[in-house]
Amino acid sequence: MEIAYFIETVIKIVVILLVFSALAGFGTYFERKILAFMSRRLGPMNVGPYGVLQIAADGIKLFTKEDIVPTNAVGPIFKIAPVITAATAFMAAAAIPFLPQFTIFGYTVHPIVADVNIGILYILGVMAVGFYGPLLGSLASSNKFALLSAARAAAVFISYEVVTGLSLLAPLMMVGSFSLIDFNNYQAGGISDWIIWSQPVAFLLFWIAAFAETGRTPFHLVANDHEIIDGFGTEYSGMRWGLFFIGEYANMFFISFVIVLLFLGGFGDGSVLGALGFLLKMSFFFFFFLWVRAAWPDIRPDQLMWLCWKVLMPIAVINVVITGFVMMF
Amino acid sequence: MEAIAFYTFAILTTVMFLITVLTNHALYALSALAAGMIFISAFFFLLGADFLGAIQIIVYTGAVMALYAFGMMFFDTTRTVVESRTSPQLVFGLTGVAALTVVAIFVAPIISENIVALYPAVDGAGNSQMVGMVLFTKYLIPFEVAAIMLLVAMIAGIVLAGKKMDHSLTLMKDEVECKNIEKEQA
Repeated sequence: MEIAYFIETVIKIVVILLVFSALAGFGTYFERKILAFMSRRLGPMNVGPYGVLQIAADGIKLFTKEDIVPTNAVGPIFKIAPVITAATAFMAAAAIPFLPQFTIFGYTVHPIVADVNIGILYILGVMAVGFYGPLLGSLASSNKFALLSAARAAAVFISYEVVTGLSLLAPLMMVGSFSLIDFNNYQAGGISDWIIWSQPVAFLLFWIAAFAETGRTPFHLVANDHEIIDGFGTEYSGMRWGLFFIGEYANMFFISFVIVLLFLGGFGDGSVLGALGFLLKMSFFFFFFLWVRAAWPDIRPDQLMWLCWKVLMPIAVINVVITGFVMMF
Repeated sequence: MEAIAFYTFAILTTVMFLITVLTNHALYALSALAAGMIFISAFFFLLGADFLGAIQIIVYTGAVMALYAFGMMFFDTTRTVVESRTSPQLVFGLTGVAALTVVAIFVAPIISENIVALYPAVDGAGNSQMVGMVLFTKYLIPFEVAAIMLLVAMIAGIVLAGKKMDHSLTLMKDEVECKNIEKEQA
């Protein structure tokens, strides 16, 4: 039993690593295609049919590119920073149920690596550690633009952590558990049971904060191309830069899973239809990340702070208080 | 299995905190501090206190991140910091005594085997529920006092830092800013 469990866990970890590393690659392709369609271009077309093999071309380029560590950079920290981003993104995935449990050859598989009873706390904590990647990378690379990026990373992190936590508090009070499986079972009764109907404010706040957590466009300050070149990525090249990219896209996928599990019913009752719906809902949120990038401009750092501390945080606190009163009476 | 995990993380944590103390490099010190604090959460997980482990990660990533912000402001983080030590012997002696005292305080009850669980685990309650039960019964007053202290600190911070809080830079029109600058120059 022990050995079977061990082997099962290792297989799950390998599958998740492979699937999501590949998906991160495809994510870049989807992003380029969708951005292109939204601005009436074609996007990558030359490599393979409809440019599908562009991912392979990019991969070969990243792997074979010369790996430069600048002379004045702090070597060890500079080298470990991209690993932190990618590793923490995948570590967070350990507590996410990716599908309902299913039986294959008479063996029941739970598609979650570790169903810890503090799932959502663990996921948010480890994703927060992921912010150290850009921060350390930019502090270590002794580059002015990178330093600006580090300051922004610290500011965004410290403020939006608050919004994520407070917005989650209200649904947590209703469900009474940190486990994502419990969240899913709470909403298993169908569309009318989804937490989004009882907690629309928390849903919106968490969604907005998810853009800050993943560093996507309206809050893409950490690596804002038109102001600070590539921020923390300015001095990076080759596969080290690629690791930052994998981490970012994997995070986008994982946070989409988490949003669906928390607010939109997850995989429902666990039927095949529920599982398909789960993946569809997740894809919508991933698509929305790309859509927003095509449609919205980036906001300034001071606007970001203003939005967080003067708008989102008070709303989140009021939401928690109201939820508490409703639950009490 | 548990022993392997314990010793691995014990060594990692000790090494990380040693680096924090011994290095002259602000970036190494801060990174090692953050890593050490995160490795400590492994002990909570090993002891089955999942909730406290996750809280350890969340709290200390945020706290050390704030330290990074200060580090960024005060030091060039890519260079070693040259410290002026007036009396290294005195510093060594004092820190040594302080460390020994702390060890003695924590070891004394273990040696005399005086440790009893005042609030034994409740059957059927989850990890986070048990923390809640103790926190809101036995430790309610310390908990509330801590909350009030944080509130005081927050208000003090706002008062100290927010001298121009009523002017929002975001909403301020460029003309107004220009006028203010003209006034200051005049």
